[in-house]
Amino acid sequence: MSNAMTGAMSGPPDFRHVGRHEVFPRTDHDQTERYNFLAHLNRHLATAVMPGVAESYAAREESAPKDRHEVRRQLRDHPMFQVWSALRRTTMEMRQQAGRAVVLSQLPALIERTRELGHDDVQLQQGFEMPRSLTGVDHHCMPGSYYTELVADDVGAAANYDSGMFVTTGGALGRYTDGGGHGVVQYVREKLPDFAPKRILDLGCGLGHNVLPIAEAYADAEIIAVDAAAPMLRYGAARARSLGVSNVTFVQADASELGQFADASFDWIQSTMFLHETSMKALPRIMRETRRLIAPGGLVLHIEQPRYAPDMPLFEQAMRDWDAFYNNEPFWTKLHEIDLDECMIEAGFKPEELLHGGVFAVVDTSEFPSAEEDDVEDFGRKPAWAITGALVR
Amino acid sequence: MGNYRCAGAMTSAGDLDPLALAGAKAKGKRPYFFKDPDIERVLAITMAVAGELSVLRARIDTIENLLDERGTISRQDIDNFAPDAAQEARRSRWNQEYIARILRIVQQEREALESKEEPTSEKVGDELAKP
Repeated sequence: MSNAMTGAMSGPPDFRHVGRHEVFPRTDHDQTERYNFLAHLNRHLATAVMPGVAESYAAREESAPKDRHEVRRQLRDHPMFQVWSALRRTTMEMRQQAGRAVVLSQLPALIERTRELGHDDVQLQQGFEMPRSLTGVDHHCMPGSYYTELVADDVGAAANYDSGMFVTTGGALGRYTDGGGHGVVQYVREKLPDFAPKRILDLGCGLGHNVLPIAEAYADAEIIAVDAAAPMLRYGAARARSLGVSNVTFVQADASELGQFADASFDWIQSTMFLHETSMKALPRIMRETRRLIAPGGLVLHIEQPRYAPDMPLFEQAMRDWDAFYNNEPFWTKLHEIDLDECMIEAGFKPEELLHGGVFAVVDTSEFPSAEEDDVEDFGRKPAWAITGALVR
Repeated sequence: MGNYRCAGAMTSAGDLDPLALAGAKAKGKRPYFFKDPDIERVLAITMAVAGELSVLRARIDTIENLLDERGTISRQDIDNFAPDAAQEARRSRWNQEYIARILRIVQQEREALESKEEPTSEKVGDELAKP
């Protein structure tokens, strides 16, 4: 039995440790505690219930599976998988309801604060067509996804995302949910200590939580952060301003069609947990646009959960696939199956330019849990990511 | 109704109904995991009630802490309350124990995986009844 069942587990930090900026939604006592309960429940499911799925599967009597999809079909008959999955799904839905209740009751004030901080420099496109990869289902059970606007100048989707991220990650992304960005900065500084990019492009920036640490670390650089969803961009710009970051411009764009930017006009192109929300139609185009836009000597980094490489056990692959089938991440399964190296080479990168690595979320460990030191295997939620990239000659 | 797509850009933020919209359904057919979806509905309702009990317990703990520290309470004090390290650890510990109590049967079913061949009490009784 694991430590979790004998009581050595430590819970997630209190939600009150999460950093507040001027557009961060305010929570009253009970709203805060609703998040705390859900964070604890998520942690319990990862530490005390999910291991039971592995134990149940290990004791199975079914024949050896041929691929991860067969493992998933077998798992569906295991009561331990059923109860873990049912609890996980309902916890996701409860988290959404909790976050939306927080945000919608103060939406007029949030929009007003966002306007005051100024989102006039956000570049939105009239009549922007949302990619099918976003419109098919609402990603991770977020009603309305990233892009739905209930009212003019809506920022609700972003405020909900920002506010409730703590619940799913148990604080593992740090005070401003930006541990991923800090991890990327640490990786690049170690790998390329003399790298001094002038222009950086962040693809699928969301509300900018991963790009702000990059913008702060490379304060002389001009950062362009693109995303399809207007609420994320508006909120992201206000959030950046509130946090004192002024070198990021938020631009509405489809990452597979970036014709407004000139060839070789960026020294660094970054995506963090973005590619799994695209498609097999968009991915080759994104890679080709990235190759077109990167300058000689430039750096390309795509951060994702690790690939389902042939040496990854099929059980682990099936568990990592959970979000694809049961948490509305429809492209997650295909993205992790394919070889991103091949995609990049097909897009024109040379094999000798490719680079690989790993990155953990870097957080203030006096108050937030360290992903690097956490030995709980949660198959896909932990911010322990793989890098596929290129250093262009 | 709670369909989040009913509103439009012409709606004023003040006209939205947070109560209905908060619980809106996400687009995409919902998966069910138990053999009988009715069971899943009851589980979802039970966990929501469990969450609210946790919130209420935290509120009582907050009130107790405030009374210990200053002898009075106000709603504003409750909303502004921030536990110190020891209080936070105690509240976290309570939530961990609370969830472990609610999900006791899941823990026991997990433990039972390790002892598939264990006999029932009836079977042992039959054995003990033999002269």
